[in-house]
Amino acid sequence: MFFTLLEGLKKAGLPVSITEYLALIEAVETGVAGYSVEDFYYLARASLVKDERNLDRFDRVFGQVFKGLESDAALEGILAHIPEEWLKTLTQRMFSDEEKARIEALGGWEKLMETLRKRLEEQKEKHSGGSKWIGTGGTSPFGAYGYNPEGVRIGQAESRHKRAVKVWDKREFANLDDTVEIGTRNIKMALRRLRKFARQGAATELDMDGTIRSTAHHGGLLDLQMVPERHNAVKVLLFLDAGGSMDEHVKVCAELFSACRTEFKHLESYYFHNCVYEGVWRDNRRRHTERVPTWQVLRTYPADYKLIFVGDASMSPYEILQPGGAVEHWNPESGEVWMRRFLETWPHAVWLNPVPQKHWAYTESIAMMRKLLEGRMYPLTLGGLDAAIGELSH
Amino acid sequence: MRFSGTENYVATEDLMVAVNAAVTLERPLLVKGEPGTGKTVLAHEIAAALKLPLLTWHVKSTTKAQHGLYEYDAVSRLRDSQLGDAKVKDIANYIKPGKLWQAFAAESRQLLLIDEIDKADIEFPNDLLLELDRMEFFVFETGETIKAQHRPIIIITSNNEKELPGAFLRRCFFHYIRFPERETMERIVAVHFPGVKKNLVREALNVFFEIREVPGLKKRPSTSELLDWIKLLMADDIPPEALKAKDVKTAVPPLYGALLKNEQDVHMLERLAFLARREGR
Repeated sequence: MFFTLLEGLKKAGLPVSITEYLALIEAVETGVAGYSVEDFYYLARASLVKDERNLDRFDRVFGQVFKGLESDAALEGILAHIPEEWLKTLTQRMFSDEEKARIEALGGWEKLMETLRKRLEEQKEKHSGGSKWIGTGGTSPFGAYGYNPEGVRIGQAESRHKRAVKVWDKREFANLDDTVEIGTRNIKMALRRLRKFARQGAATELDMDGTIRSTAHHGGLLDLQMVPERHNAVKVLLFLDAGGSMDEHVKVCAELFSACRTEFKHLESYYFHNCVYEGVWRDNRRRHTERVPTWQVLRTYPADYKLIFVGDASMSPYEILQPGGAVEHWNPESGEVWMRRFLETWPHAVWLNPVPQKHWAYTESIAMMRKLLEGRMYPLTLGGLDAAIGELSH
Repeated sequence: MRFSGTENYVATEDLMVAVNAAVTLERPLLVKGEPGTGKTVLAHEIAAALKLPLLTWHVKSTTKAQHGLYEYDAVSRLRDSQLGDAKVKDIANYIKPGKLWQAFAAESRQLLLIDEIDKADIEFPNDLLLELDRMEFFVFETGETIKAQHRPIIIITSNNEKELPGAFLRRCFFHYIRFPERETMERIVAVHFPGVKKNLVREALNVFFEIREVPGLKKRPSTSELLDWIKLLMADDIPPEALKAKDVKTAVPPLYGALLKNEQDVHMLERLAFLARREGR
């Protein structure tokens, strides 16, 4: 019945299944939703989408499908990646009333969507201002932060001129969709996967199985057995790159750091600059006075610690390869030697890199560091964090 | 049976559709949303609106799926056996029915709230798949099968602390309670405080939405905090004029303790107010 919708959702990458589709049909048959399109939209949403992050994508597909634009090109249009910086642009034009009056609508919703599709195909560059292309701050019907009475909004958090067309076109869930943006809370969720429980400490819980076994053993005389409570047993050693090229990533790193703090019982953190050498430090404000010899760190923590580096790994290749290559001081041994020592001491290691993954190929030192880590470098996004945690918990 | 909100609860249209679908098709409804948007209250209100008895199962980090079915109290049986109690002979005396059992065995249709399912172990929802699907389970100790006489309506709330497994999600309807818009919020306030002054609400909502917009707040105030705050404002008889945020001297709203639950947030607001004062000079 609504197979086009299902197909569209599948193509847009939503995890929909036959079970849910059948549930929707069943619900429609029982007449739960009445007979208005809006009710059907709500019903379809409740039965097909199970994660608020997918609500926005659902809205878009629904809007497309029910405007008769089932063609593949349209669906690809939805998925077409619109670079964020196009839309972030804050060039906001304010229009006077006369101007608003002068702006003509393009005529009809269907025509609008049709034109949008064409424009998406034609347009390849960022655009701002103007009155035809999709962009920001202009008078074209497509784009954001501009004015056109029949506008289709692309990448704008809320309707500035309060002219949203349909419920699903309001795109109220857009801010839940993004996987790029990570906050402390998200990081915590990802890190939680790393938790491993072990029984250690004082015996405070009743061990049911042990008690029954032991009681039977004693010929029916009750013999209570206790076991220690389960605790989080994962130990983490965190090395944060500080200063230099990392400055722009400081916020992300601070978030990661604060998330780590609450998530693990054993968490030790150290700072380094660009690459690890013979000294690291615990407090970034006193980096020049209170250095800890790296050898001491290597000897202190046993091999069951999980090693996490956070850094952009963007530096001159000499800082990794050459003795004496470090930017801040003279290092008798090369960064590579030190990295190898780290990885030998703690076999469970990952490197989290706040630089977007698509830029990695342009920096030689990132490639070198990645090779040193045998590919265990992950972008500092939620997906990357998940993959990294997966690697660590092997 | 149709749910259309109650006199104490403002239900948006999409929420009504989701609830009615779950009620009609007898499938669980999974409700998510920001803390304080009324997820748990929803179950109470549905129970009240449809006149169904409500069973609540609060899930904690230590809760196991088995707890919802039944528990076998081996310790008291052992103790009784040593005292020579006649009860010992029958194992059924030591089976304690859980919430799901109670819901299944009840004479009439029940509404079961499984509250904060994400608090439990990650495998918890998977362990309940069959029970929620078929609405029956097997008791090993006594060899009986408990089957639902009337399929209960099940409302499940989640705070998103853990991802729920796909197999579990496929069996549920889903609703995400969005943070209410201003209009909805006005209705919610009106429902809770019928006698409140119109301009007090207006000013309070202005302040409230302004605070929510402040970037970098650790915990943004939600509906329940707003209701608490308005209650306090009414109790202290604060005049609406005092809430005008543009007022230079009272830029930090009165009784803000009800809105902000975190000292960093309070500090930040005070600093912003200070900056606003300096600019105003």
